[in-house]
Amino acid sequence: MTSTGTSSGIATGITTGPGPVAPPLRAKRRRAALRTAAFMSPWLIGFAVFFAYPLLSTVYFSFTKYDGFRPPVFNGLDNWTYVFTDYPLFWPAMRNTLWLVVVMVACRVVFGLGVGLLITKIKTAAGVFRTLFYLPYLAPPVAATLAFVFLLNPGTGPVNTLLEAVGLPAPGWFTDADWSKPALTVLAVWGVGDLMVIFMAALLDVPKEQYEAAELDGAGAWARFRHITLPNISPIILFAVVTGVIQAMQYYTQPLVAGKVAAGVIGGSGQQFEPGYPDKSTLTLPQVVYNVGFQRFDYGTACVVALVLFALSMACTALLMRRRGGLIGAGD
Amino acid sequence: MAQLTHTKAAAAPRDPGAAAGTAGPDRAGGADRRALLHWIGVHALGVAAALFFVLPFVFLFLTSLMSDQQALTRDLVPDTWEWGNYAKVWNTPGFLTWWRNTLLYAGLGTLLTVVSSVPVAYALAKFRFRGRRLSLLLVIAMMMLPPQVVVIPMYLFWAKQLDLSGTLWPLIIPMAFGDAFSIFLLRQFLLTIPDEYLDAAKVDGCGEVRTLLRVVLPMAKPGIAAVALFQFFCAWNDYFGPQIYASDNPAAWTLSYGLESFKGAHHTNWNLTMAATVLVMAPVIVLFFFAQKAFVEGVTLTGVKG
Repeated sequence: MTSTGTSSGIATGITTGPGPVAPPLRAKRRRAALRTAAFMSPWLIGFAVFFAYPLLSTVYFSFTKYDGFRPPVFNGLDNWTYVFTDYPLFWPAMRNTLWLVVVMVACRVVFGLGVGLLITKIKTAAGVFRTLFYLPYLAPPVAATLAFVFLLNPGTGPVNTLLEAVGLPAPGWFTDADWSKPALTVLAVWGVGDLMVIFMAALLDVPKEQYEAAELDGAGAWARFRHITLPNISPIILFAVVTGVIQAMQYYTQPLVAGKVAAGVIGGSGQQFEPGYPDKSTLTLPQVVYNVGFQRFDYGTACVVALVLFALSMACTALLMRRRGGLIGAGD
Repeated sequence: MAQLTHTKAAAAPRDPGAAAGTAGPDRAGGADRRALLHWIGVHALGVAAALFFVLPFVFLFLTSLMSDQQALTRDLVPDTWEWGNYAKVWNTPGFLTWWRNTLLYAGLGTLLTVVSSVPVAYALAKFRFRGRRLSLLLVIAMMMLPPQVVVIPMYLFWAKQLDLSGTLWPLIIPMAFGDAFSIFLLRQFLLTIPDEYLDAAKVDGCGEVRTLLRVVLPMAKPGIAAVALFQFFCAWNDYFGPQIYASDNPAAWTLSYGLESFKGAHHTNWNLTMAATVLVMAPVIVLFFFAQKAFVEGVTLTGVKG
C-alpha cells in the first residue's frame, strides 16, 4: 500500500523536493496510509472476496466443463460457441431483453415524467397525491407480481371484467406469449414512483425566471415544455433511461414469478420448471443463468451467460459515467 | 435567447387569443376562468392517475376478504367479509418462521451494512489518497453488478466450502463488508458536509475516529436513515438470494420467497393468496409512512445530486 494520506500539495512537495524526507513527516504519511486502509478495510475485503475472486472464477469456469461435483475440465471455447449457436434459451432471452429495453423503459420514462410533471402542477392535497403515486413502488416485487397475475387473470380478473364491461377486448395477459411482456410493462409502470420523485426534484430545479420570460413572450404550454423544461431536465432523462436499461437487463424476480404463477408451477423447493412461460416470452438473461446453473448443473455454460450479462451491464454503466461526470462529481 | 424567439414563433399560431387577451379589458376575469379550468383539468388528471395507482391495492384487499367460492368469481366486492382469512394465513405452518427469518435477514443485514459502509464512505468522501478515484469507480461497478454474474462461484464458496447452504448466512455475512450502493449513497451525502466542521474538530484535538463519531455521524443522520431504509427494503424484497441459498430448507425461507410457494400450495385460493400478499406488503408500507421524508430524500440523492 503506497497511498498517501496527506493532501496532494504536500505530497508533490515531498516527491520533487531535494534530500531525504524528514523522519517525522514519513511517520505521519505512514500513519495516514494506515488510517486510510483501516477505514477502507471492510470494503477492501468485500471487494476481494465478493467481487474480484468470483468474477475471475466465473471467467475461468466459462472455459471448463463443470457440474459442481467432478473437478472442472478445460474445454476451450465449447461453452461459448454452444451458448451463441445452439443453446435454445439464449437468443429468446436476448430478444426479450431488447423488447424490454425499447418498450418498457420508454413507457416508464414517459409515464414517470408525466406523473412528475402532474405532481408539480397539483396545488390541492399535493402531499396525498404524491404519497398515493409513490406507494406502488414500495410493494415488494413478489407481492406486486402475484397481485398483478391476479388482477390480469384472463378469466375472472378485475381488469378483464372491467375491460369487457366497457366493450374492449380482454387479452390473455400473462398466459399469452404476445401479451406477457405488455403485462409486465403495466406492472413496471405501476411502480414508477422512483422516477416520479427524481423527475419531480429536477422539474422544481428549473429556474422560474425562464418560464416567466417565456410567458411574457407569449409561449404556450407545449412550447414552454419543449424549449425550457426538456433542455433543463435532459441529463435526468438520460440518467433514467440508462438506469432503466440496466434494470431491464437484470430483470429477474417479476418475470420469473409471473411465469411460474401463471404456468401453475408449485413454487418453493428446487422443483424443475421450464422458465419463461408462456413460450419463453418472459425469459431474461438472469433466469437463463439460474436455469443452466442451478437446474441443469452446467456451471460452465451458466458462467458464459453470466459474463454476457456482466459485459452488457458494465457497458451501460460506463455510458452513464461518461455522460454524467457528475455521478462521481464534486470533490474530484 | 435564441430559444426564446423560437418559442415565440412556435406559440404564436397555436394560441393567438392569449396574446390578444392580455390587452383586453376583461383580462382579470378571463385569467380567473382559465386558472379555474386549469385547476380542474390538473386535478381530474391527478384523480385518474391516483385511481391507476390505488385500485390494484383496493382490488387485492377486497379479494383477500372474500370466501373461497366467491374469490373464483368475477365479483369485485365481497358478499361476506371473511376477516378470518387473515387468521388462516397467519396460522399457516411456516408463516411465522418466514417472518422471523425476514426480520433477521433485513434487520441484522441493515445493521451490518451501515456499520461497515459508513467508514468506507467517509474515507472516500473526505480522505485524499492515491487510488481513491479508482476505488470509487470499482464501488460503482460493484453497485451495478447483477448478483447472477458471480452467483456460481459464490454458491460453490458458501455451499461447498463453508457448508452454509440452507441458511440465510450467505446473504447476511457479506453485508459486514460494505454494500456498494450504501457506500456510494453515503459518500454522496458526506460530500455535502463542509470540511470546516472536520477541520474544527481536528483543531480541538479529535482524531479521525472521534471526528467521525462525534461530528460526522450526527450530521449524516438523514443519509444513514436513507441507506438503512433502502437496505432493509432490499433484504425484505430479495427473492433471488433466498432462492439460491435457502430453497431446499423451508425453515430458512423469507416472506418474499415463501409467498410464492404459498400461492403454489393454495393455487385455487386467490383470497388466501391475496391476504398473504397484503401481509407481506403491509410492513413495508407502514415503515414508509414513518420514514417517508428520509426515503424520498434518498431516492432523490441517488439520481440528482452528484
